[in-house]
Amino acid sequence: MSGKPGLREIQHRFAAAVMSPLNPEGRIRRNAAAVREAKGLVNGSGGLGSLERLEIYSRSYWFRLLESLGEDFPGTIAILGWKDFATLALAYLKECPSASFTLRDLGSRLEEWLRRHPKFAGTNQLLTLDMVQLEWAHIVAFDGAKSATLEAQDLAGLNAGTKFALHPCMSLLELHYPVDELRISVNASPEGAATASNVALEKKHRLRTGQMAGRLKRSKPKPIFVAVHRVDLNVFYRRLEQEEFRLLQALRKGQPVGRAIEAAFDGSAVPATEVPALLQTWFARWAQLGWLCRR
Amino acid sequence: MPASRFNGFTEYGIGVGLRAPHYGHILGTKPGVDWFEIISENYMVDGGRPLAMLDQILEHYKVVQHGVSMYFGSTDPLNREHLKRLKSLVRRTKTPWLTDHLCWGSVDGRYTHDLLPMPYTMEAAKVAARKIRQAQDFLEVPVAVENVSSYAEFHISEMTEWEFLNEVVERADCGILLDVNNIYVSSRNHGFDPHVYLNAVPAERVAQIHLAGHSKFEKYILDTHDHPVVAAVWKLYEHATGRFGPTATLLEWDDRIPSFDEVHAEALKARKFQGNQLAGAA
Repeated sequence: MSGKPGLREIQHRFAAAVMSPLNPEGRIRRNAAAVREAKGLVNGSGGLGSLERLEIYSRSYWFRLLESLGEDFPGTIAILGWKDFATLALAYLKECPSASFTLRDLGSRLEEWLRRHPKFAGTNQLLTLDMVQLEWAHIVAFDGAKSATLEAQDLAGLNAGTKFALHPCMSLLELHYPVDELRISVNASPEGAATASNVALEKKHRLRTGQMAGRLKRSKPKPIFVAVHRVDLNVFYRRLEQEEFRLLQALRKGQPVGRAIEAAFDGSAVPATEVPALLQTWFARWAQLGWLCRR
Repeated sequence: MPASRFNGFTEYGIGVGLRAPHYGHILGTKPGVDWFEIISENYMVDGGRPLAMLDQILEHYKVVQHGVSMYFGSTDPLNREHLKRLKSLVRRTKTPWLTDHLCWGSVDGRYTHDLLPMPYTMEAAKVAARKIRQAQDFLEVPVAVENVSSYAEFHISEMTEWEFLNEVVERADCGILLDVNNIYVSSRNHGFDPHVYLNAVPAERVAQIHLAGHSKFEKYILDTHDHPVVAAVWKLYEHATGRFGPTATLLEWDDRIPSFDEVHAEALKARKFQGNQLAGAA
């Protein structure tokens, strides 16, 4: 035994140093233990000390993940402002580091984590949670698998015992605020922007300087039901009636059509005489939008 | 190098990294481009726009896959789900060879999403070589590994970076994606002569060359891929192609991305340097 640390130990120590949270100034923490560990791991030379060399990797790690999460949750940034979003993101990433080879999955646990840590959700926690849900559903819809869907003619033999699956990349959300409209307004291009690149920069600037945060925080609550889905490669937010939402939820849970309809209209104010026409419209629309799949 | 088993016996010319902001221009105007390199992970998804765009590109262009998260150097085993998705993409793109980095970036299933430097030890070389062989066997396509830019060197290293690279590729019997800019960046950050590195590379294993721009800071150089290629790197490229012959070459531009025409024009400068070398050699 040479006593030299093995590859596994070296990688553990290096990763621990790199993934250790930065100080409030965005620099690596410079305490005696950190300096000693850095000197024990890597060479310092050419005017660049061991800790400074580790700092390059550490800053790169945190800024890359922060940037990636920010790109996926622009509406959440718009609500919180960049500073509070960064605080939230760093706390989240510290507890939930990436467990996937792709950055696409980085925000997959954000909603669940935020429910456990509501103090990071700002002054209007429900609004922030609504937006986080919508934005994760957007990612799921964006690159989810294409499934074989049912056409309108496939519904001809539909009866009370029929069961459907819903398209896996379509999400059903019950929300407290009209965050679908807010998210669209966040994405809206400023008028008169000359190029796509300028649009992106302008949008980033408005988000990061908190120019939209005040307006969004004043949003009035308004319960909504939304399907986040994809049509022709584009993601859409479609508002649903409460009964329509409940029916889709019941179908997704595997209930047969008859029982799902009962659950959907239980206690509903919709007159019974109008239900058949509504159902006909909804099923036809869902088939057209590609939401219904064979179970 | 010219066609060899490490690049699927192809002679691909000068390519450009495919980036989302250029989709519209490329599909709308169909510029003459020898080939595109894609970041595999961007298309290892189940559906939607990324794969639809890729399929349209594949109708008109040759594509080579370049990965950023295989982490051959990590002590973590290869991620089977990752490999399955990668193989599915290989079948889709029909990439003649596939590249990823000679680095590590995950520990116990936690990903840094960075290209972390290897300790240049025999143990590390054996770990990386074994995983490259496993990936090559599973994917059934030649694999070439890329040298990364680095900002730190481990005390426990037992050899130089180029000796380590040679050790790994010999043990794995794989190709090399030689990033000339990365050699330059690391040479400046660690104080070695980049020509010594280039001269030590086994020419017969070089499947492809990468070029890119970088950013200079007071005490170090950062591999940012957000500038044109600097003159010193073009000179190294000229030296490299002098040793290897005309080699499939790819320009990476990942941040502050200019128009497609600007990126393509920067990539095509490579012809001039390959041409100079050939004329000089004649």
